[in-house]
Amino acid sequence: MRLDRSGGDVAPSLSFTFDGETVRARKGETVAAALLANDIRLVGRSFKYHRPRGIWSAGPEEPNALITLGRGAAQTPNQRATVQEVYEGLEVSSQNRWPSLKTDLLSVNDLAAPFLGAGFYYKTFMWPRAFWERVYEPVIRRAAGLGALSGAPDQEPYEKAYAHCDLLVIGSGPSGLMAALVAARAGSDVIVAEQDHALGGRLLAEVEEIDGAPAADWVAAAVAELEAAPNVRVMSRTTVTGVYDQGTYGAIERTAMHVADPGAAPRQTFWRIVAKASILASGAIERGIAFANNDRPGVMAAGAVRAYANRWGVSPGKSVTVFANNDDAHRTARDLAAAGVTVAAVIDPRADAQAIGDYPLFSGAQVTGTTGRLGLTDITIRDASGKDQSVWTDCLAVSGGWNPSVHLTCHMNGRPVWNEDLAAFVPAPDAVPGLFPAGSADGAQSTADCLRTGAEAAIAALEALGQTTEAPALPKAENGFTGHTPFWLVPGKKRAWLDMANDVTVKDVKLAAQENFASVEHMKRYTTQGMAPDQGKNSNVAALAILADATGRTIPQTGTTTFRPPFAPVPLSAMGAGARGKGFAPERFTTSHTATEDLGAPFVEAGLWYRPSYYPRAGETTWRQSCDREVQMVRNAVGVADVSTLGKIDIQGPDAAALLDFVYTNMFSTLKVGKVRYGLMLREDGHVMDDGTTARLGETHYVMTTTTAAAGQVMQHLDFVLQALRPDWDVRIASATEQWAQFAVAGPKARALLDVVLDGPIDWAAWPFMSCGNIGVAGVPGRLFRISFSGEEGFEVAVPARYGEALYRLLLSQASVLGGGPYGMEALNVLRIEKGFITHSEIHGRVTAFDIGMERMISAKKDCIGKTMAARPGLLDPARERLVGLKPTGAVKELTAGAHLFNMGAEAVRLEDQGYITSVCYSPTLGSFLGLGFLKSGPDRIGETVQMVDHLRGVKTEVEVCNPVFFDPEGGRMRG
Amino acid sequence: MKRYSAFAVAREGLRHHAGWERAWKSPAPKPSYDVIIVGAGGHGLATAYYLGKNFGITNVAVIEKGWLGGGNTGRNTTIIRSNYLQDPSAAIYEKARSLYEDLSQDLNYNVMFSPRGVMMLAQTHHEIRGYQRTAHANALQGVETEFIGPERVKELCPIIETRGPRYPVLGALWQPRGGTARHDAVAWGYARACSDMGMDIIQKCEVTGVTQEGGQVTGVETTKGHIGCTKLGIVVAGHSGVLADMAGFRLPIESVALQALVSEPIKPCMDVVVMANTVHGYMSQSDKGEMVIGGGADGYNNYTQRGSFHHIEETVRALIETFPIISRLKMLRMWGGIVDMTGDRSPIISPTPLGNTFINCGWGTGGFKAIPGSGWATAEMIARGTPGPLAAEFGLNRFREGRFIDESVAAGVAH
Repeated sequence: MRLDRSGGDVAPSLSFTFDGETVRARKGETVAAALLANDIRLVGRSFKYHRPRGIWSAGPEEPNALITLGRGAAQTPNQRATVQEVYEGLEVSSQNRWPSLKTDLLSVNDLAAPFLGAGFYYKTFMWPRAFWERVYEPVIRRAAGLGALSGAPDQEPYEKAYAHCDLLVIGSGPSGLMAALVAARAGSDVIVAEQDHALGGRLLAEVEEIDGAPAADWVAAAVAELEAAPNVRVMSRTTVTGVYDQGTYGAIERTAMHVADPGAAPRQTFWRIVAKASILASGAIERGIAFANNDRPGVMAAGAVRAYANRWGVSPGKSVTVFANNDDAHRTARDLAAAGVTVAAVIDPRADAQAIGDYPLFSGAQVTGTTGRLGLTDITIRDASGKDQSVWTDCLAVSGGWNPSVHLTCHMNGRPVWNEDLAAFVPAPDAVPGLFPAGSADGAQSTADCLRTGAEAAIAALEALGQTTEAPALPKAENGFTGHTPFWLVPGKKRAWLDMANDVTVKDVKLAAQENFASVEHMKRYTTQGMAPDQGKNSNVAALAILADATGRTIPQTGTTTFRPPFAPVPLSAMGAGARGKGFAPERFTTSHTATEDLGAPFVEAGLWYRPSYYPRAGETTWRQSCDREVQMVRNAVGVADVSTLGKIDIQGPDAAALLDFVYTNMFSTLKVGKVRYGLMLREDGHVMDDGTTARLGETHYVMTTTTAAAGQVMQHLDFVLQALRPDWDVRIASATEQWAQFAVAGPKARALLDVVLDGPIDWAAWPFMSCGNIGVAGVPGRLFRISFSGEEGFEVAVPARYGEALYRLLLSQASVLGGGPYGMEALNVLRIEKGFITHSEIHGRVTAFDIGMERMISAKKDCIGKTMAARPGLLDPARERLVGLKPTGAVKELTAGAHLFNMGAEAVRLEDQGYITSVCYSPTLGSFLGLGFLKSGPDRIGETVQMVDHLRGVKTEVEVCNPVFFDPEGGRMRG
Repeated sequence: MKRYSAFAVAREGLRHHAGWERAWKSPAPKPSYDVIIVGAGGHGLATAYYLGKNFGITNVAVIEKGWLGGGNTGRNTTIIRSNYLQDPSAAIYEKARSLYEDLSQDLNYNVMFSPRGVMMLAQTHHEIRGYQRTAHANALQGVETEFIGPERVKELCPIIETRGPRYPVLGALWQPRGGTARHDAVAWGYARACSDMGMDIIQKCEVTGVTQEGGQVTGVETTKGHIGCTKLGIVVAGHSGVLADMAGFRLPIESVALQALVSEPIKPCMDVVVMANTVHGYMSQSDKGEMVIGGGADGYNNYTQRGSFHHIEETVRALIETFPIISRLKMLRMWGGIVDMTGDRSPIISPTPLGNTFINCGWGTGGFKAIPGSGWATAEMIARGTPGPLAAEFGLNRFREGRFIDESVAAGVAH
């Protein structure tokens, strides 16, 4: 109900819906505050037993009040009602109930609860054997989950952002604000991140004075000072979720989750904040007390009840009771009584507890039970004399003390330490480099201590950054309410809940102990305590205390509590902002892309690149027709292909030759300037990494070509060699792949085409096979390499990328005059298979130089990476699968890549396996399908007939083993 | 040991569960054992179990530094499949997969093996070729897989965007009897069965040295004193190099952090396991409703059991691209485990230079699926003193001799 407070409370001005019912709310309220204001206590159903549940907390730790927002594609499940702000028209639905929140059929589970204790599913559902898969598991799965996805893709915008600062202050309660003020006044770059929409933390929820005025005044002044400071950035609605190496903090900002019509604004933003140091002022989370049926709607954290009353003017009940072991919770009774709410009783198990206001106090007493099916109606109090009495109440405020929010200090494997005086875990010293805990996150219990430790932490953090700061004058503040005695549970036979989100009871933890799941990690996994959406924020310490008791150990002997990132759940939409659709990976286009599109060529992906498959012409109805024509065009006239996607690495320096000799198996230091050589590169383990040609443009200047697929890998490899293995070498490398547009010009009329295109005249006698040098195209300086991947006389002409498209269009127009034209990847593949040239289909990572018949390319005169390992006997075993050519000779004329090879007459089973096919094509030149493949002892078996078996298509045929160079084995055509 | 059954659950439910026994005992170590297994993860416990079950060797201790099942067994994404390219791999993973089929009944512990089917998406032409080749190999190996087209992919997993504008799904390698299991239950089930056979599982006991005499192992030094043994099995995954160092030999192993994450629980939306190697991500939905998501391994060696943020971010990006409807889900928890990677991405199951000392390691990113087969093969090796047919090709010597069982291409990303 809403409290009638003097002062600025305005009437509810907006409305939203909860399960279709209209709810009136005030601006700035959370959904939880508005529901409580309207006396709605039942908000959800629990995970396992579908117990009715209400709001427990007033913050992001909420275990029960998980709701679904919106509908259709905008439906968002599992939002915390205690965090989500209301706005006009907001649609809120409860979860995990059917048909309705009040009548939920699966609450039948609760009746079977005696049989569904911790880990029961490990002990049954095994008979009959087939039933797990067909009956039990499907039924269990159907019941699983809380909220539901809409099934429609999310169309709303999200963003990712980056920020840097000297000091990141996490939290803006008294310690956070004080730390921020100290650092701001010292001139540091400060970011203050606060998960709430308003700064102030607990001060917003308490009736307190600072420097003789209401605490809210001090907060307002501090916030005004910070917001006015040019070196401070205040980020509200921003939860720091994780700590990573090198001072990196993840944070999620609810950028536009609180407005009805956010337009194009990102709904949420994932921030990566890199801070030189940070202050952890994340406060503390109140813990409950386990007693019979302590999970009914209306049973709430005492600090939350007080927060709803003091901050939002809402009382969660008409007749409130308090059950607590500490002085702090008495403030709830005091503040509600002062606001005119009936406080029916305060039950304090401490015999010496004192009242601090006008309310009935039961000291030395306990709450032993509750009633109320869909919401609390009564509690049973056992007083100090052991007498039971029932008290009518619709809100029981519970406090078992406070747990410092140590979560972020665990993210880099820090383990919090048990503090006996506080009966709580506090951050381990130096758990995170550069992170300084302060305030109640570090165990401070009063506002005065929070202000002091906040200032001290800021001074220490600045000192760590090399800056000396004077201690500020501290505001005068509250210094009381610190008395407490640990109290975890009220013994009894009925179920007492620890982890409300996952329906874990005291009995479950005791059963885990009984069955020797005595490690805290075993207990958690066995009972699922701490695995729910609140990740144990509300229950870890109590469960640990009960496990310690059940196993006869102290809490430190039993273990510690730990938390993994993130502190609060992070939406995948924000973490992956920009990844939808084409945003996932960049697309790389060659300079000829538009011209190729104009010709109607379909594209195929090659890594991030797009390359043309073939260039269809009028009358051609299949890709094979186009491909066959393009192959014959290259063999008989001239073809042009864009080869810019191949990696190009510019290598310069006095030790350039030494680097190449080290990474290639063969010698490059002896290569003459103006010459090109084919090179083979091994991994350290002796297998082939990549191949390609490298040209020597000058005495200390080479250009290496890699395959398209391995361009990044080879660049990385060279970088590793230079940084880690030979940092002493004077050589620099740079990727030049995108700086040069390069085109293959191949065929008997290649020279004729270049004669027209290149600035001339060219003296072809000076351009033998494997030569290179500078040329010009219409006055633009370029490079020409005489190399061939087609087996024809071939050249590659390169110009700076900005001239690529013009050169490509020029080459095509002049080629057509000569009966030539463009060719695509399909034709390129056929041309290379006809010649037995390998690609990564063959050098797929498992083959050696020996396997591809290139063992002689490993120079005996020098060392190179992979040379020693390549000499291992297993890699030189003649019986290895080695490269051969394959031609169909049986009834079936088509070969398939991936099919396996068997001896004639042998059964097609694993033990008879002789090898497999890697590449196939139809060769229009030879009028037959051709294949490359690996066959045991392959080169020794040329001329033999083996059988190819394609299990996927059920095809068998005979193939002849032959030399992999099918066409022009002497190479006369490419030498010209 | 009292057997678990539906009847037992009903009986105990009626008497406040007073009769449930300890799942395993926590004994003090004896002075010596016939066999000591170092490491009470899935592989170590399974080794002990099959030593007892297949060879009657029960004077066995399994020694664990922390809590049993707390390493990679409790940190993985629980995928089980056997669609490997190389024959020795397919043999041992298929053995493991087939043992999983009956493991709940065998152990009298419901490990929730759920053969819901595993699909590995082909999103480039290169991948189509690769997976078709694996399908060919699997056909020969007797591993039931097929290469399916995009329509069938969509039918099996409707939430996949098969027409994704950047990486459309072109097909998939589908193993219908692959799936998942409850990872903790696998460790607990083996531990309970081992303890029941009279084996000692000694937790919170760190091995600090290996003692030897005349080239033969004699025992281990631990934080609970010296424990003697006739034979020693080292089954410690990420920290294998550390144990090998104590035993006086080196391993060709690199340790890196591999990460995973889960979402909040949601109503069922995905029945199969999907792995997408081009975009680097894989996902399944647990029986609890959480989406279990695996990411990549860090690019540098470390023992941190956490990981760098950007890998998780990349994984999430990949999944949003492939499954656009999941983007409103929230990541609940992320974690890392230390995986032991060999050069060929295949395991080591081998005798070692130290007499009567055996090692099982190098499972890299894919160990969980192998647990029963790995334990089976390692038990056989320890019992007989020499590797049997399943383990024969996974010896340490293969690195010296260059006889790789290279799965590095298939394992291009974590699995």
